Amino acid sequence: MVIREKKKLTPHGIILIVISVLFVLLMLVFPLVSVITNSLKKGFDFYIKSLSTEYVLSALRVTIIATVIAVVVNTFFGLMAGWLITKFNFKGKQILATLIDIPFSVSPVIAGLAYIMMFGRLGWASPIIDSINEMFGTDIQIVFAIPGVVLATIFVTFPFISREIIPVLNTQGKDEEEAAALMGAKGFTIFRRVTFPHIKWATIYGVILCTARALGEFGAVNALSKTRGETFTLPLEIDALYLAGSADSITAAFSVSSILVIIAVIVLILRNRFEHRELKQKEQV
Amino acid sequence: MFVELKDINKTYGDFQASKDVNFEIEKGSLVALLGPSGSGKTTILRMIAGLETPDSGDIIINGVRVNDVNPAKRGIGFVFQNYALFRYMTVFQNIAFGLEIKKESKKNIKKRVEELLELTGLTGLGDRYPNQLSGGQRQRVAFARALAPNPDLLLLDEPFAAIDAKVRQELRTWLRDMIQKVGITSIFVTHDQDEAVEVADSIIVTNKGRVEQIGSPYDVYKKPQTPFVTEFIGQSRFIEDYHKFLGFDKGDYRGAVIRPEFIEAFKLDNQKIKNYIDASEEGTVKAVHFRGNNLELILDVNGIELATYRSLERRRVEVGEKLRVIIFKVIAFDGDKTVILENKELLGKNINNNMLESYLYDESQKSFVI
Ligand SMILES: Nc1ncnc2c1ncn2[C@@H]1O[C@H](COP(=O)(O)OP(=O)(O)OP(=O)(O)O)[C@@H](O)[C@H]1O
Ligand SMILES: [Mg+2]
Repeated sequence: MVIREKKKLTPHGIILIVISVLFVLLMLVFPLVSVITNSLKKGFDFYIKSLSTEYVLSALRVTIIATVIAVVVNTFFGLMAGWLITKFNFKGKQILATLIDIPFSVSPVIAGLAYIMMFGRLGWASPIIDSINEMFGTDIQIVFAIPGVVLATIFVTFPFISREIIPVLNTQGKDEEEAAALMGAKGFTIFRRVTFPHIKWATIYGVILCTARALGEFGAVNALSKTRGETFTLPLEIDALYLAGSADSITAAFSVSSILVIIAVIVLILRNRFEHRELKQKEQV
Repeated sequence: MFVELKDINKTYGDFQASKDVNFEIEKGSLVALLGPSGSGKTTILRMIAGLETPDSGDIIINGVRVNDVNPAKRGIGFVFQNYALFRYMTVFQNIAFGLEIKKESKKNIKKRVEELLELTGLTGLGDRYPNQLSGGQRQRVAFARALAPNPDLLLLDEPFAAIDAKVRQELRTWLRDMIQKVGITSIFVTHDQDEAVEVADSIIVTNKGRVEQIGSPYDVYKKPQTPFVTEFIGQSRFIEDYHKFLGFDKGDYRGAVIRPEFIEAFKLDNQKIKNYIDASEEGTVKAVHFRGNNLELILDVNGIELATYRSLERRRVEVGEKLRVIIFKVIAFDGDKTVILENKELLGKNINNNMLESYLYDESQKSFVI
């Protein structure tokens, strides 16, 4: 456990604190507050009206679909990958651990382009999709369609959950699992009863981070989504409204932005709560 | 034999952690695997449990070769080095876990857990979580958890390592009594020779992945068979020029080990030494250490440092004082074997030794017996 010593503030300390508070206010708080004030510039009625256009509602729907799917998929794979990497020894384990982190180091735009290269007209995976469509009589499109938006969102948020749980599992070791296995418990029972309680808070924390990132994703989705009112997500819709340039549409852009800002603040509060829980759990270890 | 290991080899990468390990364990016995850190004790235990697979060799439990038997089906209870209690389960849930997996009825589980809580002196602590227990209590929970499904063989990896010295002594006795009461065949790992000697019926000494010696604590102590065991057991000092002492010849040995109890030191005016003053030589007291129930004297004899014990009931000695020193025997190293050399000057004489009570020459055995 860390023993925190309370130190008296020196003049240097006070100056540093003032500078950082000013910086945070200037760079983060004022801009966000101005989003809210701008969104209400033309009155509350206008605010509601600009949120209930067809385009915005469609964008909200797409955003929620993409976020929910990304969070579910990444929670599943994140838990699986985290468990594999920390509890088992196999060839290529290190490579897998590195691969998971790729989305952190690749620009989202590149991720979007990569999917176009893969699934677009000339992409190597395009014939596969075509033949699937032929076989089942479906009409699945990836690029410039909702599946593409979902894939892009999954890609950029892929590491969030495994990244949170791997360190926790690593410090925990394998003893408890081995003890359970010796008593005859099988894989899933061990995971559910022994491993998961250790990573419960880390997983929830990861889900929150993943959600926040999925909601706000712009770059990768931008590359794969071209139709306003159909495949646009909230960030893309905001961009479109803003670029339209009229005073009304700019205010509308701010109104839509305010939704994301409010969600962000909620996430921040949740994040704080769960981070605290997670730390407490770590301290018990 | 209840447990047999035959020609077991195990490598991690290119490091060989077990080399030709062979031993047998009788049903109902309590055996210690004793060796320095890294000598492969845990590896052996984990292979028996099935948590590691040997590269070659056979592991036989109760007449069945278990190499390919699932760990959970080997009938083994395992107490981990740091207990590995399930941190997010209560004491009750910890002990009940193995029984739940076996799909025992709720009623039976409750009965068995309560029985074990009582046996291990944990009654009333069932609702606590492991982090609300003391080290000793945690160990008891680990022990109870391992015993819950009624295993035939109990394996314990350094069961006392995480416990402070004072409680450890108590727990040793507790564990030995408990195992005797349950009557279960047990193997425990330790790197503490006192622990092995006090608790075990027999000791397997390991070093660098090999088994050095197997025997009763008495045999391992009195008749160490290899130089390693000789130096590892007791408070041994290796002395290359042991032949400089009166009563010992050089021979073909590369040196010898002398333990404190092989030495007696008398004050110059001591009456008892009169008869064999010829067998003694002069030593100077270099240091006196208080060791609780006796003193440890560090002596300089012929320029070589030796240690011996001295009862607190005897007359005091001062640093710098000269004493008459008798060395009864040494354990000499002959290649990878050992030979006990007796002091030639003492042959045929009976000596009174305060530490060993008396030290008598046995004509029939041509050696000293205690
Ligand atoms: N999983 C592993 N991978 C690589 N080397 C290992 C592994 N487990 C053990 N070793 C090595 O094998 C040797 C024996 O290890 P082992 O744990 O059996 O020793 P030990 O006698 O139990 O030691 P200690 O008293 O310190 O617990 C050590 O040198 C160790 O570094
Ligand atoms: Mg060990």
